[in-house]
Amino acid sequence: MSVSTLPRRRRLLTGVAALAVSAVVLTGCTSNEPEPTESDASGGTENAASSNDDTGETVTIGFSGPAADHGWLAAINSSAQAEAEKYDDIEFQSAEGTNDPSAQIAQVETFINNKVDAIVLLPTDGAALTEVATEAMEAGIPVINVDREFSSPFAARTTILGDNYGMGVSAGTYACKLIEDNDIADPVIAEIAGIDSLPLTQDRSQGFKDALEACDQEVDNRVAAEFTVESGNEAAANLLQAEDKIDVIWNHDDDQGVGVKAAFDDAGRDEFYFIGGAGSKNAMQWIKDGEMEATVLYPPTQAADGVRLARLIAQDKGLSDLVQVEVPKRIVLNAPVVNADNVDEYFDLGFES
Amino acid sequence: MTDTAGVSPSASQPEPTGDSKRVEEAAARTGEQEGGLALLRTSGGRNLGLVLALVLVCIAGFATSGSQFANIDNALTILRLASVIGVVSIGMTFVITGGGIDLSVGAIVALASVWCTTLATQRMAEDTHWTVMVFSALAVGLGCGLVNGLLVSYGGVVPFIATLAMLAAARGYAEILAQRRTQIVTVSEFSDFFRLDVLGIPMLVLIFVVVAAIGWVLLNRTTFGRRTLAVGGNPEAARLAGINVKRHTVMLYALVGLCCGIAALMLTARTTTGSSTHGTLYELDAIAAVVIGGTLLSGGRGTIIGTVFGVLIFQTLNNVFVQNDLSSSAQAVAKGVIIVAAVLLQQRFARQSSSSP
Repeated sequence: MSVSTLPRRRRLLTGVAALAVSAVVLTGCTSNEPEPTESDASGGTENAASSNDDTGETVTIGFSGPAADHGWLAAINSSAQAEAEKYDDIEFQSAEGTNDPSAQIAQVETFINNKVDAIVLLPTDGAALTEVATEAMEAGIPVINVDREFSSPFAARTTILGDNYGMGVSAGTYACKLIEDNDIADPVIAEIAGIDSLPLTQDRSQGFKDALEACDQEVDNRVAAEFTVESGNEAAANLLQAEDKIDVIWNHDDDQGVGVKAAFDDAGRDEFYFIGGAGSKNAMQWIKDGEMEATVLYPPTQAADGVRLARLIAQDKGLSDLVQVEVPKRIVLNAPVVNADNVDEYFDLGFES
Repeated sequence: MTDTAGVSPSASQPEPTGDSKRVEEAAARTGEQEGGLALLRTSGGRNLGLVLALVLVCIAGFATSGSQFANIDNALTILRLASVIGVVSIGMTFVITGGGIDLSVGAIVALASVWCTTLATQRMAEDTHWTVMVFSALAVGLGCGLVNGLLVSYGGVVPFIATLAMLAAARGYAEILAQRRTQIVTVSEFSDFFRLDVLGIPMLVLIFVVVAAIGWVLLNRTTFGRRTLAVGGNPEAARLAGINVKRHTVMLYALVGLCCGIAALMLTARTTTGSSTHGTLYELDAIAAVVIGGTLLSGGRGTIIGTVFGVLIFQTLNNVFVQNDLSSSAQAVAKGVIIVAAVLLQQRFARQSSSSP
């Protein structure tokens, strides 16, 4: 029943020693510092600088966004930060990214108390943050609503968002074009969506469906993943088994697309046109290498645009390229399709997964 | 072979004749009433029930999708997808049989997959050998498991709470390490190894089979397994019988941690990435598979074969749903119904079978 203590102590010591050695080795493996390369945080085509970019009065802008658990969201946060740094008349207050509505409400209330000049807000849930945004507006602080819309028009001075429905339409229209150009009879069209419970996913799917209807097609098989690599891999693997031959696949999101593509490679299937969404650097690289047909952009730079708009509004300026003096109420960004023909133009805008 | 023999909870010790006679009569009565169902109460019979369930799902798949479902490629896909959660579930079987629970398995998988794919690790692997990545994932899994085990046994923290804390901490640390980015595997020998086919069987499936086989032998044919059953069934009696319950519990949690490390490697290879989003909700899937497989949540009885069937049933169901283009929400509801039905059936059998105190 009991063992003599000496061998036991030795065993314990060797165990501890082994643990210590492996701990030392392991801690050396935690660094994620890349070899120094030039990184482009929020690159973009430089539009003509206007007099709007001249330094005006200093404005304090409060930014609150979601937790960056997805490459796109991380790009949102980093591009907003980088944009603010470009201007020396912006004092940028960035709150910690959070997916908790009550935490974000608290952040906005802090901004109100600090009497910032403008708030740029990407709410984790539009409806939940509407009330506090209205409060800010009533306190005289203009709110710029990014991406996820509030449920009241009084909650924001300006809304800037991507076009989820339009993304689906772009993808569907492009799919129709592929089918026509290549004379595919009776095409099998599949769709790999993101988190189904989000309204944006439903919007994208609706857009896709409507655009396909316009050319007399329909989605033959649709699976939903969760915007993560693993879920994309699983959904795609099952999808490939469900259909022997697929002609067009639209994957909503390029982040989960890494897993989707791994599933395609594993199964050795590539007989279809693979269209992606959101526009990650990985996807653009695949398009360049010919492993992917196209991707539909959903710009992560919209928060950066939000910061620019906030500055203009706080400084009482308008968009110089428009005849109308003031900043527009609602700006919906385009959802262009990026394929091999124009990928070089958009490559710098791709976000890191 | 002197310590565990007396404390196995399923051994029927002779009770005073009057009681046992009454119990026998009751069992016989229910046997008459239930007829064939009485057969299901034996352990072989329990697995028979699972086989039936799996066959039913397969029939549903074949009826709705024909040869699209019933071909080798599809079967291998199902097996490949099942192998990652399968390995985790095997480890979970041991912990649950031993009377504990581990809510952190998904987070440990994420942490291990992130750790083995950091740039530093991959650079080290390029310079030396790709198995450095394997070592780091296994070590991380084992380490986290050890922490869990130590907290539970020597720290006296309730397993639910200890592993809940690990769930949060491990995933948070994974996010910090990865800076919330997806880490792509660049060491090609690593991916190549896990892509191999051995006699037509994918490497991932082979690893699952090997882990399941080792798990079965460990649980059913070794002293370790018998001690696990004892500790889970009645820890006080086990301690009095001379089993070092604390040390054994630590080993159980270390074991499930190691399984998570293995699963992390498989998942990283399959998705070609390490990410802090890997392994989401694995704990629920593993517990569900273990429970419908027939292992008692309260501990004391465990079955590896049951767990394997549990994993296969859920994965096949997943596949059937996709084949039929059914929504994932409907599938989630079906999953919930299956879990409840399985547990209710098992509870019914457990209540009816005579149990010795």
